[in-house]
Amino acid sequence: MGFSLLTIAYLIGSLTFIIGLKMLSHPESARKGNLVAAFGMTISIFATIFLYRDEDGHKLHNYVWIFGGLVVGTIIGFIAAKKVKMTSMPEMVSLFNGMGGACAMLISILEFKHITDHALVWESVSNLPGFMLISGDVNHLHMLIIVVGMVIGSVSFAGSMIAWGKLNGKIKDVNYNGQTYVNLALLIGLVSLCAWYILKTPINGSVAGIIGFTMTDGTVAHYGMVPSQIYLFYGIIALALVYGVMFVLPIGGADMPVVISLLNSLTGMAAAFGGFLYGNQVMLTGGILVGAAGTLLTLLMCKAMNRSLQNVLLGAFGSNNAKAADGAKDQGNYKEISISDAATVMAYANRVMIVPGYGLAVAQAQHTCHELEKLLEEKGVEVKYAIHPVAGRMPGHMNVLLAEADVSYEKLLEMEEANDVFKNTDVVLILGANDVVNPAAKNDPSSPIYGMPILEVETAKTVIVNKRSMKPGYAGIENDLFFAPKTSMLFGDAKAALQKLVTEIKSL
Amino acid sequence: MEQIQHLLHWFTLHIEMVYIVILSIFLGIEVIGRVPSVLHTPLMSGANAIHGVVIIGAIIVMGRVDAGNYLALGIGFLAVVLGTLNVVGGFVVTDRMLEMFKKKKTAAKN
Repeated sequence: MGFSLLTIAYLIGSLTFIIGLKMLSHPESARKGNLVAAFGMTISIFATIFLYRDEDGHKLHNYVWIFGGLVVGTIIGFIAAKKVKMTSMPEMVSLFNGMGGACAMLISILEFKHITDHALVWESVSNLPGFMLISGDVNHLHMLIIVVGMVIGSVSFAGSMIAWGKLNGKIKDVNYNGQTYVNLALLIGLVSLCAWYILKTPINGSVAGIIGFTMTDGTVAHYGMVPSQIYLFYGIIALALVYGVMFVLPIGGADMPVVISLLNSLTGMAAAFGGFLYGNQVMLTGGILVGAAGTLLTLLMCKAMNRSLQNVLLGAFGSNNAKAADGAKDQGNYKEISISDAATVMAYANRVMIVPGYGLAVAQAQHTCHELEKLLEEKGVEVKYAIHPVAGRMPGHMNVLLAEADVSYEKLLEMEEANDVFKNTDVVLILGANDVVNPAAKNDPSSPIYGMPILEVETAKTVIVNKRSMKPGYAGIENDLFFAPKTSMLFGDAKAALQKLVTEIKSL
Repeated sequence: MEQIQHLLHWFTLHIEMVYIVILSIFLGIEVIGRVPSVLHTPLMSGANAIHGVVIIGAIIVMGRVDAGNYLALGIGFLAVVLGTLNVVGGFVVTDRMLEMFKKKKTAAKN
């Protein structure tokens, strides 16, 4: 009876995940979809705790530990998710994703430990010192599920931690010559080591002349292991963690959302391997759904940026070359503008358009930006924001950011709308955006971003660009806009520059 | 060849799971096929919460650990905490993100 109820609970869980994902992909139903999936998850968790029986019909034990873990995790998770600032959302997602990966890794470790803890040492085998018999339930396939789940979980965990560190600025990009090859070698090494390990572990007992020994757990043992195989298992974990770190280290901070989406689908696959391990349908459906949907989502995100996944993952390598090649051919003259000049131009304009980008997010300048907007409106200037769909390289990033600063949604213009308005705009103020306003996407077929729709700011009367330096943007390509005659550069951190502008306009 | 035998045996035993995997892959792709780009981030976050289902594995493994094995209990406890963090944090963060979108809709109406 208990068992069939559990099956129904898992069926409900799987259904809510599918319906939840479906609803999440439509704006009107998205929020409800999230709740539907959360509801199914709660049912599945509690059904597992109370109704789960193992193969021999035993209930779970250690309830105190389980509930302790659930309570601690819920409290920390809830507070962390509630407290986090809207601007730090992506790094929070990355952190939670890493937790899921670590959970999958620990499950595999525990399963492995369970096998070795219950193994029976069989000293008498001379050619295999320390040979131990393991439970009859374990075979190569069992080992494959444990090892692959563990490796995917570990890579996802380590990678997510690096992605988290990069997004909150604690970890810098690391690039060196031949990095792509080192990473490739690491990956090949990891995969072949796993394959070799799974084929060799466990050892057929007949090698040692032992077949069909009855173990204490009642199963008949056909297989055994030697201590070196136990150490090697932990060695593989270490290698997988190292690979996770090395894999994400070279990727630029602006591309992190794509990487997080990829790691997200990896954790889904790790969860699915857990489903195989326990013959658990809801883990299997949930894991595979996320694995498949996450992979597609990763590709969609790349497409929105008009780049290939390969370009994102190996981009750091390519961008070095592009920079070197372009830097030589394309150094025009640019002109700088002083704070007071910029303030005057804007205060006496009829219409100002603000183009926010990743630089605004990094400098956390959205509140100061809103202040500038209000100040200009008081002076009778019409202020609007032009939002590129992938500004900040995370879809919806700018909307969320400006919403946090209470900027009215009517002031946010989508790309097509904005491109019509630019013609009648006096001043365009670009705050830390680069590739989304690069005319090369329209004019230069050899450019890596050629074909990406851009904000056509050059149709406005004046363009003021706020940037920290003349360094090219993420894609590593020069931006001709900065050298155009109507463009002036306002160097400095977006927040500091905006604050100075506000003070200056107030004193006009 | 022992390994291949295992594989075939496993396939026959778990054919139902093989079906689940194949169908879920297509379902996962189909279900989010036409998502608008503004929803990419919340969808990623929602999917992130769903793979927190790995917590169920942590609960099962924890519930089978021998009561006296403190190292295993400690690892299992950690696994349950991390899995819960993934689930609870994931759903709450997604909800907060989507709250922003709701605000957008009402603001546009006014």
